[in-house]
Amino acid sequence: MIEVKELKKGFGEKTVLNGVSAVMQTGKCNLIIGSSGSGKTVFMKCLVGLFQPDSGEIFYEGQGYTNMDKEEKKEIRKKIGMLFQGSALFDSQTVEQNIMFPLDMFTKDTYANKLKRVNEVLERVQMKDVNKKFPAELSGGMKKRVGIARAIVLNPHYLFCDEPNSGLDPQTSLVIDKLIKEITSEYNITTVINTHDMNSVMEIGDNIIYMYKGDKEWEGTREEIIFSKNERLNEFIFASEFLKDAKDMRMLEMSGKIDNDRNMDELIK
Amino acid sequence: MTLFTELGRYLLMIKGMFSRPENGKMYWKEFMHQCSEIGIGSLGIVVIISTFIGAVSALQTAYQLVSPIIPKSTIAQIVRDTVILEFAPTLVCIVLAGVVGSKIASELGNMRVSEQIDALEIMGINTKSYLVFPKIAAAMVTIPMLVVIAMGLGIWGGRLASTLTGIVDINMFDKGLLENFQPYNVFFAIIKGYTFAYLISSIPAYYGYHVQGGSLEIGRASTKAVVVSCVAILFSDYIISALLL
Repeated sequence: MIEVKELKKGFGEKTVLNGVSAVMQTGKCNLIIGSSGSGKTVFMKCLVGLFQPDSGEIFYEGQGYTNMDKEEKKEIRKKIGMLFQGSALFDSQTVEQNIMFPLDMFTKDTYANKLKRVNEVLERVQMKDVNKKFPAELSGGMKKRVGIARAIVLNPHYLFCDEPNSGLDPQTSLVIDKLIKEITSEYNITTVINTHDMNSVMEIGDNIIYMYKGDKEWEGTREEIIFSKNERLNEFIFASEFLKDAKDMRMLEMSGKIDNDRNMDELIK
Repeated sequence: MTLFTELGRYLLMIKGMFSRPENGKMYWKEFMHQCSEIGIGSLGIVVIISTFIGAVSALQTAYQLVSPIIPKSTIAQIVRDTVILEFAPTLVCIVLAGVVGSKIASELGNMRVSEQIDALEIMGINTKSYLVFPKIAAAMVTIPMLVVIAMGLGIWGGRLASTLTGIVDINMFDKGLLENFQPYNVFFAIIKGYTFAYLISSIPAYYGYHVQGGSLEIGRASTKAVVVSCVAILFSDYIISALLL
């Protein structure tokens, strides 16, 4: 579990995070959503320690992370896996070398065991026969999957995903979402996802945090989001007419007024 | 950004390089990789430049030495001393600032922009130590070696050009090479080699490591790195010469 208390961060005169508090639950997909410039990425970078917050506290399983010294932070970071927006695979290394890198750096296992582990995680992300390929030879979705494989190779306790679906087609996005969801429950890890993708919100959002101009505007589950009266949240999530209709449909469905396909034709009429 | 801010950030980067490696074997591997990239990778251009510099300096010295009182062996002496004192360390290092410097700056800049450096940081790796230190260490090992190679090839180029054009007899040239030879000059050139190697690697590493933005900024950082490295080489060349000669 990750607990954040009154996190503040600014750059020069500009305040980006204005005292955000939140709890990221273990075994669940915690989604951070919000429009561009709302402070999602800065919030995530503060959580992983790439940015030092101006004030506030971050606790990993009750351990204060913000004021830890470098060595203590390193120990926490070894438990963190992160999937970057552009995958951040090392260009000069093959898929196998990319995934083996954390194992090479932090374990003293034999090459055969490390290779076995690499193949295990590659299989887990449904990638086969790509060991010797370079990142430039992979599609966007494949890169993301290799990125996930590298992030989970050391069995992390925390998985951070920065816009995992950006630049992917809807079908591949669903595959990535499903994969993240499965990995989260399978390894019982705390997953934090920073996303713009409304499909992800509705598919895998166990705990959703909506950020607006550096503040936490709303927090709840994907079921609660449907019935939320927060205007800003509704404007953001259900921006198009199509999504508004889909929301109405889902509300009726959830309140039992629609019996799925049976009444659907009548409703459409 | 002011000069002092840049200097402060540069010094912080250098300070940050010194920490206990997470895995010595991986650091060694990276160091050897950089030795190959910087040393072997630059060998071709060093061979070409130093040979031609020696050859041209022999021909131009002969062109200017018109007095019959001055023995022809003086050409060899002049070629030897100019190559050892200036051409091999300074000129070769200025070329290397372009070749190696732009490579280091663009490599690190690309890693920064594509979040590869962040990915390493998240893994708990000290990126200054893992990415910057091996580059500087490899440059400090290989560039003085390249300077020594350039010295030998420069003199050989001068000898070849002199004998091929018939300016100086080969025995006369060899005799001239040994006259008034001061081993201190070689020591002086190697000191310059070490200083320039540090500048060639650390300045581009600083600009590459701190890139912010996209591909345009990577290009700008590379250009700035090469320009600043060249100026730093020329400035330190003067300081070293004033202090040690």
